[in-house]
Formats: sequence, structure tokens, C-alpha cells
Amino acid sequence: MPAKGWIEVNEKYCKGCELCVSECPQHVLALDMARLTPKGYHPVALIGDGCTGCGICAIMCPEAALTVFREVPQKVPA
Amino acid sequence: MDTTLSAQIVYQRPQSLTEATMHYCPGCTHGIAHRLIAEVMDELGIRERTIGVAPVGCSVFAYNYFDCDFVEAAHGRAPAMATGIKRLLPDRVVFTYQGDGDLASIGMGEIVHAAGRGENISVFFINNAIYGMTSGQMAPTTLPGQKTTSSPQGRDVETMGYPLRMAELLSNLDGAGYVVRRSLHDPKNIRMAKKAIRLAFETQLRGLGFSMVELLSTCSTNWGLSPLESLKWLEEHMIPYYPIGDFKVAEPLKELKV
Repeated sequence: MPAKGWIEVNEKYCKGCELCVSECPQHVLALDMARLTPKGYHPVALIGDGCTGCGICAIMCPEAALTVFREVPQKVPA
Repeated sequence: MDTTLSAQIVYQRPQSLTEATMHYCPGCTHGIAHRLIAEVMDELGIRERTIGVAPVGCSVFAYNYFDCDFVEAAHGRAPAMATGIKRLLPDRVVFTYQGDGDLASIGMGEIVHAAGRGENISVFFINNAIYGMTSGQMAPTTLPGQKTTSSPQGRDVETMGYPLRMAELLSNLDGAGYVVRRSLHDPKNIRMAKKAIRLAFETQLRGLGFSMVELLSTCSTNWGLSPLESLKWLEEHMIPYYPIGDFKVAEPLKELKV
């Protein structure tokens, strides 16, 4: 099963440049046309399942607006 | 043994960046360069003893974005100022952040002599082939035939000369310890750029002399392209003229794995 991940977008920083959108290997990023950031841009958002938390969007992001999370299995003693 | 799923942070905003929002245009690779330098400062744990020198140009407000000590230099004089700071406070890590107008045009004398003297400073040179802040005039690094507001018919090399390849030029000087060129147009190259920035700081920490990383960058506003088209333009037009590569790497750095 592929790892499950998600991103959080800090709308204070995102400028809707779409650099992350084009590089996303799972194609699950797009601009959210229903929202506006305080600066007046459409912020990026996850548009579907399939994010693996690879972090490539964060590598492209010029504004460091993205926080990337991933679910990792952890062993707990029974 | 049971397994549960817990959330792990893969990436978060580096601590060496302040909370200020950057004034750069959407998609400007200045932001990527800032982020990489901040990440490397975090990784090396040198933020408390780093002093940056800001240039004149689009990145003139860099001191607002890095959460370390910063000074602002006169146009082109960042390497001279960094020389003074480093000689006075040799235990600090001193870097300059300069664009192509600042470093390759008005600051040409300062950068060549700083490299020639082998000053133990790190220089991050952002080459986007145009003057961004002043609205897109021809820079020393503008490509032959490239249209700018001051070369509307394209750069004619017969009257306007040829672009300067700064990394190749400075790598010929004996004082230089680490001189490379990297690009910021895709994830692979951005990762390589981060390693180069790390090695530039390592060069300084080991006292191996002058280090410079030239970062090919975009200027979507003045190139008249969208942020995505500019990345493609960079890859198709700039990289053939400005090849990515290591032009000088001091011997002790070659064995270093980062």
C-alpha cells in the first residue's frame, strides 16, 4: 500500500504560482478557484486522494508555504 | 505488537526564514534560493553565528526574510563588506546574496578581487539574465538575441558584447575554493543546488577560501512569461549557454559526502 500523505497550505504565503501543481507526481494539486488568500491569489489545494507525502511540492515552493505530512506505521507494544 | 499510524512531518518551513511574506512576484525562484539557504543554515546549525550581506536589486529586502544577522551593502559592494566582516569576526559564517546586476555589472571589481584574495566568504549569485527590479533592462548576463526593454531588437553581440559566464571566470582564480553553477528549474536541480549551497558553507567552515554558487533563476514578469513557461525557457535557453557543472572544487571537499 502506498504511503498516505497530505499537505497544509499556509495561505498567508501561497501566491498561486502553480510551480508545485506541475511537478506533483500524483497530479493531486490544483488552484482552489473558490478561495482567495489575503494577498488576493487563489491558493493551491489537494484535489483528490493519492498524495504520498513525497514533498516534491515543498521542494518547488518559492514561498515555503507548504507543510507536508505522511502517515507512518509505528509499532506499539501490545 | 500492533501497529498504529502516526503523522510525521516530511517538510516544514525552515526556522531560518522569518514569518514575513516575501515581496517577490509569484513563482520567482528567489524564493527557492532563500528557502534553500535557510534550510542549509538549519541543517548546519549555524544560524546564530551567520551574517548575511544583502545586495541591491530585487533581493534588496533579503534581510527581512532571513532570521539571522544581516547587513545591507551599497550596490555591488557586498563582497567588500563581507570581507570586512569576516576579517573582523573570523568565527562567523558570512555570505552574500547577489543578483546578476549587482555581482556581474556594478560589482564586478569587488567580486573578482574578493575571489582573487581568496576571502573566506560564500557568495550566492542569482543569474536570471535580466535586470528585474528596474523593469527588465539588459544585464551583463542577457543571452545573445534576448529581447529586453533596453535591447528591444534582441541583444546584438556586435554592439552589445557577449554575456559573462561568472562561474567559469572566477574558477580561474587561485583564491577560489568552490565555484559551481546550478539551476532552480526542477526538483532534481533544486536538490543539487541545495547540496552546492551546503558545500559552499562547508568550504567556508573549513577555511578553504572563496566559494560561489551561481544559481540560474527566472524572472517571469520581465521575461513576459508565466512562472511555468519561465522554468521551461530557463531550461531551453539558459542552460545551453550557462552549463550546469562544478568548475572548481578544492581537494578536501571532493571526499565530503553531504
